[in-house]
Amino acid sequence: MELSKDALMDMHRRMVRIRLFEEAAGKLAESARLPGFLHLYVGQEAVAAGVCATLSDDDQITSTHRGHGHLVAKGGQFNQMMAELMGKATGYCKGKGGSMHISNLDVGMLGANGIVGAGTPIAVGAGFANKYKKNGNISAAFFGDGSTNIGAFHEAANMACALRLPVLFICENNEYGEFTPRDKTMAITDIVDRAAGYGMPGVIVDGMDVVAVHEAAVEAAARARRGDGPSMIEAKTYRFYNHHGVQNLGLKYRTDTEVEQWKERDPIFTFEDRLIEAGTATRSDFDDIWAELRADIDTAIQFAEDSPLPDPDQILVDVYSATPSPDLTGAAS
Amino acid sequence: MTRKLGYVQAFNEAVRQEMAANPDVFCAGEDIGAFGGVFQSYAGLQAEFGEDRVVDTPISEQAIIGLGVGAAVTGLRPIVDIMFMDFICVAFDQIVNQAAKLKYMFGGSATIPLTITTGGGGGLSAAAQHSQSLEALLCHIPGLIVVHPSNPYDMKGLMTSCIRENNPTIMIKHKRLLGMQGEVPEEPYAIPLGKANVLREGTDVTVVSWGKMVNDALDVANSLESEGISVEVIDPRTLQPLDTATIVESVRKTNRVVVVHEAVKFGGLGAEVAAQIQEKAFDYLDAPVARVGAPFSPVPFSPVLEQHYLPSPDDITAAIRGVVARPGV
Repeated sequence: MELSKDALMDMHRRMVRIRLFEEAAGKLAESARLPGFLHLYVGQEAVAAGVCATLSDDDQITSTHRGHGHLVAKGGQFNQMMAELMGKATGYCKGKGGSMHISNLDVGMLGANGIVGAGTPIAVGAGFANKYKKNGNISAAFFGDGSTNIGAFHEAANMACALRLPVLFICENNEYGEFTPRDKTMAITDIVDRAAGYGMPGVIVDGMDVVAVHEAAVEAAARARRGDGPSMIEAKTYRFYNHHGVQNLGLKYRTDTEVEQWKERDPIFTFEDRLIEAGTATRSDFDDIWAELRADIDTAIQFAEDSPLPDPDQILVDVYSATPSPDLTGAAS
Repeated sequence: MTRKLGYVQAFNEAVRQEMAANPDVFCAGEDIGAFGGVFQSYAGLQAEFGEDRVVDTPISEQAIIGLGVGAAVTGLRPIVDIMFMDFICVAFDQIVNQAAKLKYMFGGSATIPLTITTGGGGGLSAAAQHSQSLEALLCHIPGLIVVHPSNPYDMKGLMTSCIRENNPTIMIKHKRLLGMQGEVPEEPYAIPLGKANVLREGTDVTVVSWGKMVNDALDVANSLESEGISVEVIDPRTLQPLDTATIVESVRKTNRVVVVHEAVKFGGLGAEVAAQIQEKAFDYLDAPVARVGAPFSPVPFSPVLEQHYLPSPDDITAAIRGVVARPGV
């Protein structure tokens, strides 16, 4: 597949946006300026960027507890995202969702999810709606290796295949389910082995190589849009930080050597080297991009810090939708 | 034009009319297609609307609800069926953590016009995993609407409202009411959700009950009339949001109240009704709020055990006599 310079630079930009957002969120968390849990996506950027580059705003994705990267890649804006992480009224979820539930339906991002595996059946529902409406759109479920051990994954994969729905199953195999290595929790090495059991094709790609991810996603998306049903892509990847928080080295469940080895394969820096070598861009081009996006992050942090906190009277708002029926909020009083 | 229709046929007619009126409505569930569902709730609908709109699913309750949630948040109006109410436990994450919470977690941007239908209640020797009344679990979850009709007329009107509703609703059909006949208009109509129905007016005692039990309560009320005990019977119809205003108004008139439900008494919805009454009408009460419910055990299999387990008309009668016997204040 020959990708244009624009396409390559677009994927690069998506990855840098994720990296900068996550690094900034990590710093804010370290200085206790973010409430709650923080699951950083750093290291896995190529997966979200490579897949989302083949999706439009009308295609939907579901995400995981490690969801900021998916929203950034899908077109989420820094300001509303940073405000949400700070629990501000101007956040995408008005401060009611936070990191683990961040979403923006306008760009087809159906939510990060605090329940492991729970997003995947919802992506299947979105895929059903797309097929039902014959709108040519598709959905993609991002999920981790650990979530393929939960029942919801199996039900969703089987149902999507049985109903031949336009859904991409994107497994981000980062080798650890929270703090436990994959080989302690399953007897297979490759998650994609599971795809055949449902009757869908599956491929393994280097999850540190955005082009490899993208090429597989393009093929799977074309198949889904043709009406040929779901596909699974297993991206072998790694999270540079701990399951949550900003610690990366000195962890009890993985070695520093392993972390350093994966960091040598950094999806952004290796991609930049390749693009420079191919003459697609120069170091100075990249420096400009990083500087431009860093400025956007600084703006977003300022926007979030300047934003108002939610008013306490908002607690009961949006528990229910306004509805044709009367008195539906009566019980909340 | 009104004619006699069965409870389950009233359900079916509501689905059929709403599907005809709105192409965004579809149904999915186990065995609901050619077979029409184990209670025949969906009979004939696949033949009429096709396999794309009446979908047989795998036996995958989580994925069935997930299918509904995902399709609802992307613009359809799904009706998804969980065969027996006991099986909602298999899908509880998708109901409790997803369907009920997406709107709120997303700052209001999501709309989940999802109807979950299911068959609840005992009396068929279906034993512990096919007989439960789990409405209290669902009513405890902000974001859900819980509906439990007691007769064919209410079934059609409430099911119509559920389908038109923009929030996740759970429509509980009672298995022992499936064959119940009643007057049902042919044309579509909607009964507002969250509005109780005063089924029988009375002056001495209020009975609050729903589903199969409210029918038993009505029979008891009619027989006690000859003894000079005047019983008001209220069917909330929607259990969440509960129409406490109608209940409290009645209690202020009768000063005595019995709550009757088929679910186990401990932690049942009757406890919430009693608490609401003491908060809002304590000074009007001439007797403690009485509750009739099942004992704290799984639903047993053997007919003799199950008959003993389910609240009976005699239990309701005894509870009413008990509160009426208390001297007024």
